[in-house]
Order: sequence, then structure tokens, then C-alpha cells
Amino acid sequence: MAKTTAPKKTKRTKADAESMASKQRDISVSEFFAKNRHLLGFDNPRKALLTTVKEAVDNALDACEEASILPEIEVKIEEVTAPTHASKPGRYIVTITDNGPGIVRKQVENIFGRLLYGSKFHRLKMSRGQQGIGISAAGMYGLMTTGKPMIITTRPKKNKPAHHLELAMDTTKNKPEVTVDIETDDFPDGTGTRVAIEMEAKFFRGKGSVETYLEQTAISNPHCSITFIPPDKANENPDLAESNESVEADEQGILRTQEFSDRIVYPRTVDELPPETEEIKPHPYGVELGTFLTMLNKTEEKQLSGFFRKEFCRVPPSTVKEVTAAASTKGNSYSGSTWVKTVESKDAEKIYKALQEAKLRSPPTDCLSPIGVKQMLAGLLKGVKAEFYTASTRKPSVYRGNPFQIEAAIAFGGELPGDQQARVIRYANRVPLLHQQSACSSFKSVIDTSWKNYGMQQPRGGVPVGPLVVMIHMASVWVPFTSESKDAIADYDEIRKEMSLALQECGRKLGQYIRRRQRMKRDAQKRDVFERYIGEISRACNYLTGTDTQELYDALLAQAKARTEIADAQLDDEGNFIKDSAGNLAKADDVIILDSIDSSNTTKGAVAEAKPIVKKKRVSKASGKSTSKKRTSKKSSKKAAAGLFGA
Amino acid sequence: MAKKTTKKKVVKKVAKKKVAKTISKKSLKNAAGKTAVGSKNKAGKRDQDTSVKLTKMAQSIVTAVHSDKEPEMDVPIRAASNTNWNAKKGILEMGDSVGTRQLFNLGQARKFMQTLLHGKSVDELLVADKTLSLRGMFYKSLHTIEGTKEKTFDDQTESDGILEDLEVSLGSLREELHIFAKKRGTMVGNITVVDNGDEINCKKMGSGGYAIPSICEPEVIQFKDVKAKFILHVEKDTVWQRFNEDRFWEKHNCILTEGSGQPTRGVRRMLHRLNKEHGLPVYCLLDCDPWGHYIYSVIKQGSISLAFESSRLAIPDAKYLGIRSIDFERCGLSDDVKIELNDRDIKRAKQIASYPWFEKNKQWQKEIKQMLNNGFKMEVESLITKDISYVTEEYVPARLKAKDWLG
Repeated sequence: MAKTTAPKKTKRTKADAESMASKQRDISVSEFFAKNRHLLGFDNPRKALLTTVKEAVDNALDACEEASILPEIEVKIEEVTAPTHASKPGRYIVTITDNGPGIVRKQVENIFGRLLYGSKFHRLKMSRGQQGIGISAAGMYGLMTTGKPMIITTRPKKNKPAHHLELAMDTTKNKPEVTVDIETDDFPDGTGTRVAIEMEAKFFRGKGSVETYLEQTAISNPHCSITFIPPDKANENPDLAESNESVEADEQGILRTQEFSDRIVYPRTVDELPPETEEIKPHPYGVELGTFLTMLNKTEEKQLSGFFRKEFCRVPPSTVKEVTAAASTKGNSYSGSTWVKTVESKDAEKIYKALQEAKLRSPPTDCLSPIGVKQMLAGLLKGVKAEFYTASTRKPSVYRGNPFQIEAAIAFGGELPGDQQARVIRYANRVPLLHQQSACSSFKSVIDTSWKNYGMQQPRGGVPVGPLVVMIHMASVWVPFTSESKDAIADYDEIRKEMSLALQECGRKLGQYIRRRQRMKRDAQKRDVFERYIGEISRACNYLTGTDTQELYDALLAQAKARTEIADAQLDDEGNFIKDSAGNLAKADDVIILDSIDSSNTTKGAVAEAKPIVKKKRVSKASGKSTSKKRTSKKSSKKAAAGLFGA
Repeated sequence: MAKKTTKKKVVKKVAKKKVAKTISKKSLKNAAGKTAVGSKNKAGKRDQDTSVKLTKMAQSIVTAVHSDKEPEMDVPIRAASNTNWNAKKGILEMGDSVGTRQLFNLGQARKFMQTLLHGKSVDELLVADKTLSLRGMFYKSLHTIEGTKEKTFDDQTESDGILEDLEVSLGSLREELHIFAKKRGTMVGNITVVDNGDEINCKKMGSGGYAIPSICEPEVIQFKDVKAKFILHVEKDTVWQRFNEDRFWEKHNCILTEGSGQPTRGVRRMLHRLNKEHGLPVYCLLDCDPWGHYIYSVIKQGSISLAFESSRLAIPDAKYLGIRSIDFERCGLSDDVKIELNDRDIKRAKQIASYPWFEKNKQWQKEIKQMLNNGFKMEVESLITKDISYVTEEYVPARLKAKDWLG
């Protein structure tokens, strides 16, 4: 056997250590990226466009918030050459302008021209971007596909000219090359930054598109105002739009996303910035051994007690004593006053283990900045045309030593399609996650929630079906993504549990609303039936007894109304509340209910109705009046009542 | 708010006009009622009673509403559960259970309205001193409810049920409400009937026979010259034709009637009166199936839905001549006449067997059991397979002679 299958001997060129060494050299990060761009979300021309916008917008929002500026962002996509064929990419210029603090001249190259350069990687702080790869990678992608440098205009100081730079990146050296560096006045007033990248890309709409991303960003960031100029609108009005002025509240008094001929505007609906987040030191539970050793090596502290105090959170002196004692042997005894330099690595491992087993308080949670119930509601109200909104923010919790906080919100009914699966929108640190939905912990928790309890239809092992939008947000100093492209949250038990609880909180309120709505419908139908017959009855009684028809009619009507009181209820108890006359939200807690524009619209799908709705018409009503007139008059009276309530 | 009040005022004005109109109607009715009393004493008095009952019913609703109570009316329940078997009298009687019909009950609101509408219509009939058929009543109270597309009645069946409800809740008979049913049933024989003043000799009715009217009360129908000795009641017209053509009634000196299936109240009242007033025994010739059995049951002791009228309709000593389940063998019939019992038949047969008035009747228990064992049913016409006139010349005479019947 062995003989027959023996491989042919081929002459191998022997490589020795020397010759191999000659080929061994540094791999520049940029070069690595150039070959592995899919890792960062530039795998295809469609995604490249989205990733570019996403990185730029995330950076802009982070910068604005850090500088306490209400963000105003404009995203413009211009078509340079149309795709020659549907399968081929076209060429686009993507321009993102913000009103942030701007960038100091000498930092421009570093920020936009080098991969892995930034302020966010080294700290544990809740922010949108984490690795600092994003925007420079986009620039590099543009350079690689079109050969055009990235153009940056930034004005760090008011009333001074803006810097205009053109950057190309040398991929082999991870170093930027500045090709143009001038000062310019061609920039909107105030501080801010504009990035323009020309790239090969494919523009599209719908799922996973730039538009979806911006729409969802607007929902999770109601404090920012976004103007989007897609390629088909880019030529309509080349000037920067006076964005917010022309967006007006609709008849329900709500500012909603509006599409104009030249742009789409996602208006600002909340005027407060999210609270500033604190940077925290790592919690021992979230630190791995290797990291621990590195920290030990790099610390500037001289003694162990100082090391634990300065480099970690939640390690009190008593714990230091405990863990150092655990590592002490006959020869080496450790304590808080031991010099860091003298700790042997095997003992360091012991200390690390003891630290993992020690009982420690949870990390501080003031480093988290949840979107907030009010903000989520405002965001959904702006972006989703529904009739019922609710939101819930869980208390902070901890996974592997990292504090995190889960929030969920639901929009139901209204103009949402009733016969389709619910839409799940996921966020991590306010950034929408658009891909790999089914791999994401938050999506799984939506499936695991039993929506049937809340009056929704739900196929086994699936998302509920009905007019529903479910929003889930995870805020954390370190969001555990399943991959570098940051599309899905990893499955940790602690996270899943919090997500389920948040969804259940929202679900309960939804269930309450749906049941109440059904009851109202039933009662309204009942009243319809009663009112229909009352006229006949009072006339027959009048004939038989001579009693006054109208008196009897009124008395019967009053009784019918009393019997079906609920139909009039404006959902005011049990935490549900009414919209006040100005259309603002009454002292909103966590629920918003809008008057449905047309009740028959909302009955599709999930909530099965026993009978079709018969339009109300009183029997004794003067016959000339039309139904629509009655409706409007009713509405106005309702509003008046609501106004009283509001006062 | 201002808008609303003005609207209300407009409504009120319109309503007041209506009130004025209807009040005049009312006074007209009272006047008419008085004249009625003058001309037709007995009937007029009865009409007035009915009218008072109707007014009472409506007044109780008005009073309830104005004293802030929810309007309701009592309607005795017409169901098997509220039907008692009076073994002593041998008839079915209605129990005391009374259901309330409420306006503010989704399932009853419509019926509530319909009962009142029919009440009004009946009152109008009383005033005009006219009678209407059940179908006529359906049209009388039929209209589209103002401001909707809904009609007051969907079909006549709905209207008929309400009228029966009205009868029981007022405690008045259909005749007293001036309502009659479609004529069904025929009669021929050695008797002269005075119908609304016209003398009708039932011996000279040709091949068609005398159609039994819906209302057979003494005010309308009187008997004269009753020479017949018994009554033979057959299930349907086809069989009746056979007997009439063979002049069975002449040969056997009897009255021959048919009820086109389940006999109407008119037919039953006619049989009842002849039985009670002239002592004529009633013999029934019906199909051998659960439906035939039940026709006999209704003739004999009354029906569940009209249990309140049993004392005026039931004939406890009526006899069942045939067809019997043993006739297949007794008469030597061919297999062709067998009609297989289906599930519904079997279910119904068992139900009938368990009725209290059949339960203790050994003959009948045996008869039904036999039929179920046979597994088939037979129609009266099946006897034609023997000979065209087998049933009239041999079958019935033989049974009568042998006094072979079920009681």
C-alpha cells in the first residue's frame, strides 16, 4: 500500500532562517486593511457607501455631543458617473457636513489619514465609534477605487477661515500625504467639519440603505437634525438647504420626517443633548489575564495599592489586602505596599485569579447615557406613523464587568402595515445596526418574547405579525459585537435577560392598549346597535302610549351612553394619558396614544374584529347632515374636552 | 358646544312634529275602538283587551326608562326546557319560566325593537278591524331604519318568531291579534260547515276539497249537519287525493283531512273542535319515520313552541293507524320501498323516544325501536306498490276493523 501511493519526491528549495528573515517585515495596518476591507464593512460597493456615511455621521454626532452642540448634519450623495450596468458600481461623491467643534489643523492628518488613530479606543467610555478605524478607512477606500484624495474642510474657530485639505494615504506607511492645504471661506458660519470622499459605490434605497440608516439614526437621536440629499435630489438645489425652517408640524401637532423635492429632513424633536457620559476605569471582572499583566507592566504607579486604585474601579483597599494575601507564599509575601516592579508573573496570575473570585461591587453606571424614554418616544413619533407608542428604560446592569443598559420601545397601529412581520430596529450606543439581524441578541430576544400575551399574532419561533415596530437599544461602554463590522450584539445571558424584561415592560402596556381598544370598539359597536333601535322603539312607544317621542328617545340615549361609557373614555387611567389640546404630550411617562386618523384603518391585521364597523349615525339626526360633518364636529368637541383636561 | 345645542334644537323640533302626528293617530284609534265596541260586541271587547295589553307593555317600558331603569319585557320561554308534560290531561303545557328581553343587551336589542314594532302594527290592525297574514305582518312592520341600511326584519321567519313571542308575552292568541296564517290543509266529508256565514257542504267539494282556514274559531266557523262518525287525517295532499278519488269518506261515513306535513294551527283547531264538540275520533295515517311520528305527537298532545295553546289544539285520544314498522312484513312489501334511515333520522327518533310523553308508552317505545332495528323508513305511498287502491280498500279498513292502532 505504502509503496504504491508514495508521493513523488519533489525537490524543495530549502529556506533557512536567514532567507526567511529577509522576507519578514512590518505589515502596515493600512495595507492589511487594503487586503481585508470586508472586515470593516467595505466588502461591496453598496455597503461601502453605507459604511462611509455611517462612520462620518457617528463621528460627527460624537464630536458634537462632546462639545455640547446640538448636532446638525447634512449628508449629500452626488452621482459623478452613473453605473454603466446594473451590476456595476457607479461613482459618487459623499459629503458629510456637521456643525461640530471642528478639528485643529495639525490633527487633521492623523484623524483622517491614519487607521487606528483616535481618542476612543483607549478609554472605557460610551461613544458611538470605538476602534477609530472608520472614517480613515472610508477615505482609503475612496482613494483605492477612484484615486481621488479625501477632501476635508474644517473650521475649529469661529470667525476664522476654514482649513481646506486634500488627503491621500500612503498605505504602506500608514501615513497621510497632504496634497492641498489652503485656507478658505467656503464653509457655513460657525465651527464644523465637512468631509467629501469620491468613491465607487452603488446607491439604493430600502433595507440596509443609507436612507434607512439615517432614518433610524434620527429615531435614536431625536436631538439631532439630519438633512439627506440623495443623488436624485442632489441636482435640485445645490445650495445648502435652510433645513429646519420649512418642516412644519402636521395636523396632529407632531414634527415628522418630511421629504421635499430637493432633500429629506429628519427634524430635531428634542432640544436637550444627552447627558455627558463619564469615562470609567475597567472593572476587574471585565479584564483578561493578558490585559492585566500588560496593565501591571505599564502602570505608572509604584505600589500595588496605587495600581489597583488608579487603574481599576471598585477595588477597595480591603480587597487589595485579600487578593495580595492569596498570592502570598512563604518566600514572597504580598501586600498593598509591595512594589509593582517586584511582582513575579506567576504571582501576578494568582493575584488575578483571586481578584476574579473576590466579591466586588458592580461598576459605576453613571458612565451610561441611555436614550431615555421621552427621547425614544419623540424619536419614534417623528419617524414612525403609528397610534400607540411606549418605551421603557431598564436599570443599568453588568456583563463581564462592563456596565450596560437596555432600552426598548414599541410603536403600534396607525399607518403601519398590518399584515407583515413586525419591524425590529436595533441600536448599540445609539448607532443603528443594519445587518446580520438574526445573529443579534436583541433580535433573538424579540423572537423569544411571547407576543401573543400582548394581543399580537406570532408564528412559532418568529417575529410577531402586525402593525408593530420594535426598537431595542443597548448602551454600554463596551458593546460586545459579534464581528468587527459591528452589526450584531453578542449573546450574553445578562444582556438577553435585560432585553427580554424591557420588551415585556413595553409589551404589557401594548397588551393593555390593544385589549382596551378592542373593548372600546366592542362598546362603540354596541352603542351603534342601541342607537339604531332607540328611534324605532320610542316611536312605537309613542304610538302605543302617547308618551313624548323625543323625551323617551333622549332618556334611552342617555341610558345607552351610560351602558357603553368606555367608548368615550380617552384612555386616561392606568398610566395611559391623553394628548393635550396643543398636540404636545401631556406629562408623558412612557406611553403616547394618538387619535387614530381613521379608525377603520387600524383594524387591519393583528386585532381581529368581530364585526365590520358601522358608521355612527343617530336616528333622530336631521337627515341633511353628512357623515363627514359629524365626524369633524365630534373631533372638535373631543379636542375641547382634552383641552380642559390639559388645563 | 354652541353648535351642538343648536343641532339638538333642530332635532327636537322635528321630533315634536312627529309627536303631534302620532298623537292624532292615537286619538283616531280610540274613536275607532269605540265604534268597534258598538258594532261587534264580543269581538270588539276582545280587541279592546288586546289593545290594553299592548299599551300596558309599552307603558311599562316608558315608565322604566323615566325612572332610570333599563327597559325590558317579559317573554315566556318557548323551548323544550319550559314545556311540561301533563300526564293527567295528556297534553303539553307551557311552564312558568319567563325570559326577560332587554334593550341594552346586544343579542336582544333587535328583537326588542321588533317586538315593539309588531305591537304597534297589531294595534293598527285592531283599530282598522282588519286581519293580516303572517306575511302581511312582515311587510306591515318592514322598513329601513332611518339613517342606516338595516331593515327592521330580514325575512318572514324572523317576523313569525316575533309574533309568536308577542302572543305568549301578551297572553293573546294569534286570532286575537288579527293575524292569520297561510291556508294549508284540506277537508272533505259528511259534514256541512258554516264559514263566515256561508254554508259549505263538504260532500260536494269535487276533487279539490274544502281548504281549512287559518282561523277556525266559533265566531268564524260553525258546524252544521255533522253526520260523519270519525275523522281520518292523512299526512299529505297526495295521499288525500287517493282517498278522495276512491270516495273513501262516502263509503266509511267519515271526514277526510290532510295537513300538508306538520298541520297548521287552523287544521289542528278544526280537528280539535270536531273531536271535542262532536265526539269524532281522530285516526292518523302518517309516514313511518320520525317526522310522521312527531306529526302524530303534535296532533295528540300539542307542540313545544305552541305549548301555551295545547288546551285548544291537542287531541289526547287521537290514534295512529300507520304506517307501522311491522307493515313491511305484514303487507309483504318489496325491498324497493325501503328508505334508509340517515343519522339525522336516527338522532331524531331517539330524541322522540325520550320525550316524557313517549317515554312511558310501551307501544310507542316498541314501535320506534322496531323502526330503528329495521334501519329504514316508509312512506304511505309505498303501499301503492301492492295496488293503486290498496291503502283505501284494504289497509285502512282492515286496521279500523281490527282496531289495530297506537294510542
